[in-house]
Amino acid sequence: MDFSSAKQFDLHRRMVRIRLFEEAAGRLAEANKLPGFLHLYVGEEAVASGVCGALNDDDHITSTHRGHGHLVAKGGDFNRMMAELMGKSTGYCKGKGGSMHISDTSLGMLGANGIVGAGSPIAVGAAFANKYRGKGQVAVAFFGDGSTNIGAFHEAANMACALHLPIVFACENNEYGEFTPRDKTMAITDVVDRAAGYGMPGVIVDGMDVIAVHEAAVEAVERARQGGGPSMIEAKTYRFYNHHGVQNLGLKYRSDEEVAVWKLRDPIFTFEDRMIENGVATRANFDDIWAELRADIDTAIQFAEDSPYPTPDQITVNVYTSMTGAN
Amino acid sequence: MSDDRKLTYAQAFNEAVSQMMEADPDVFCAGEDIGAFGGVFGTFAGLQAKFGERRVVDTPISEQAIVGLGVGASVTGLRPIVDLMFMDFICVAFDQIVNQAAKLKYMFGGDATLPMTITTAGGGGLSAAAQHSQSLEALLCHIPGLKVVMPSNPYDMKGLMISCIKENNPTVMIKHKRLLGMSAPVPTEAYGIPLGKGNIIRPGKDVTIVAYARMANEAISAAKELAEEGIDCEIIDPRTLQPLDTDLIIDSAKKTNRVVVAQEAVRFGGLGAEIASQIQELAFDYLDAPVSRIGAPFSPVPFSPALESHYIPDAKSIAKGVRDVMARR
Ligand SMILES: Cc1ncc(C[n+]2csc(CCOP(=O)(O)OP(=O)(O)O)c2C)c(N)n1
Ligand SMILES: [Mg+2]
Repeated sequence: MDFSSAKQFDLHRRMVRIRLFEEAAGRLAEANKLPGFLHLYVGEEAVASGVCGALNDDDHITSTHRGHGHLVAKGGDFNRMMAELMGKSTGYCKGKGGSMHISDTSLGMLGANGIVGAGSPIAVGAAFANKYRGKGQVAVAFFGDGSTNIGAFHEAANMACALHLPIVFACENNEYGEFTPRDKTMAITDVVDRAAGYGMPGVIVDGMDVIAVHEAAVEAVERARQGGGPSMIEAKTYRFYNHHGVQNLGLKYRSDEEVAVWKLRDPIFTFEDRMIENGVATRANFDDIWAELRADIDTAIQFAEDSPYPTPDQITVNVYTSMTGAN
Repeated sequence: MSDDRKLTYAQAFNEAVSQMMEADPDVFCAGEDIGAFGGVFGTFAGLQAKFGERRVVDTPISEQAIVGLGVGASVTGLRPIVDLMFMDFICVAFDQIVNQAAKLKYMFGGDATLPMTITTAGGGGLSAAAQHSQSLEALLCHIPGLKVVMPSNPYDMKGLMISCIKENNPTVMIKHKRLLGMSAPVPTEAYGIPLGKGNIIRPGKDVTIVAYARMANEAISAAKELAEEGIDCEIIDPRTLQPLDTDLIIDSAKKTNRVVVAQEAVRFGGLGAEIASQIQELAFDYLDAPVSRIGAPFSPVPFSPALESHYIPDAKSIAKGVRDVMARR
């Protein structure tokens, strides 16, 4: 597939937005300005961007504990994201959820998730509702390699196929679940081998190549939209930082050399080089984009820092909705 | 001497596991990231290096199968320690815990023994939000067939963990995340603390505070503050919640005539409700005030420190509860 230069800039922009947001979050965490756990998406930007670039605004995604990238790629607002990470009342979840539960249902982003594997069944539900309404919306479940070892994933994949739902299972295989390498917890190398067992097509793509991811996503999303049922994409990728927090080197479960090799394949920089080589963009274009988005991040940090904390009377608010349902 | 040697709560857990693994070749551990990495809280540090991959097993992210592994291995003769990293994840494994581990013995007419320990970490205070901060012990205590242990200090941790491993019934050892670094003298030799035996942490005459896990320590702080006001608190740490040392609590209630129960969990339907109910059944005539319950509000655990710090009970809220109970004539 050939993608227009506008599409290429769009995918690039999504990736740079993720990178800048995550690097800023990392710096704030180092300065002890972010409470709680922080699971950075840096290194995996091509996956969320390539997939969300194939979605419409009213399509749905479910996410993982490593969820900022998915929300940014779906169009998340920096100000409200940054405020949420700081636990402020102006944040996406009014300070109730934080990094691990960041969500924007108006963008179809049904939440980061603290329970590994829990997003996939929810995506099945969204896909069911989309099929039920019959308006051609699809759902995407983003999930990690490690999460495919949990029962919820198996049930979700099987049900999606049994009910022939409009869904794409998008696996971010970064070769680790927390601090344990994949080969200690799975006897197969490729997660996508599991797809056939459920009766859905699956492809492996280079998760450091946004065009490759996007191509596969367009095909899978179109299949779902046209009533062709579920499919799986396994993106081989890598997180540049530790499982959580901002350390990247000197980790006891993976070597610095391994990190260095993957960093050579940085999804943003390699894509920029390619766009320049292909005459689609100039270095100056990219300088402008980074500068513009950096300013957005600075604004977001300022917004978050200036925002108030929620007050204790908010603790018991939003446990239930006060409205009744059914017409 | 060795009696003065200090260990953290996490190290006390580790030493208990290590000593029991040395003593009994049938004891093994399985869980996520517990092998080479030593567990996300460091509680399994060094055990794989010491006992090898055969006995300290890194599992996939598969909570149902992890508990199932414990059920199947224990019923066939081993003595498993299976770890669920965060207490919140018991929900993922709930069938294996509630319908399998807790019930096999009974359903088989006694013809099954499950000497397994499920270890996990509960409690809030780390801005870990609603799915990594819960105190779900009441759910477990409600299930006949399970034993539930929640130590409040390193000494109790070691003794209770050893007893859990030796126990021939499925036991859940709930570590509190905020106590992992707490340091105190712990004897070097292996010793057990009987399951179901509580402890009078502080003797007193005016009012009884029943508190476990982190709240026991908050109660100690509260008692210090209240002592300055002339209120002499007796603090009871049940240590084991199922079976519960009701006798110890009732004796204290009869002595002080006033009781406050403090738990970190949501107040509604918690252990405090059970304890208060037992007291009114067994010591009604001795009470000078209704039993008071301190616990969290009826909401999930909020993320923002600005909310969580008000959400989790502490020495201040326990002291206030005690003053309110003392004010009753
Ligand atoms: C049910 C459950 N078990 C364990 C965890 C702890 N945990 C958080 S992230 C993670 C690893 C997930 O690995 P993977 O799905 O590959 O995602 P990655 O972190 O690599 O993006 C684990 C074990 C959890 N949050 N939920
Ligand atoms: Mg992974």
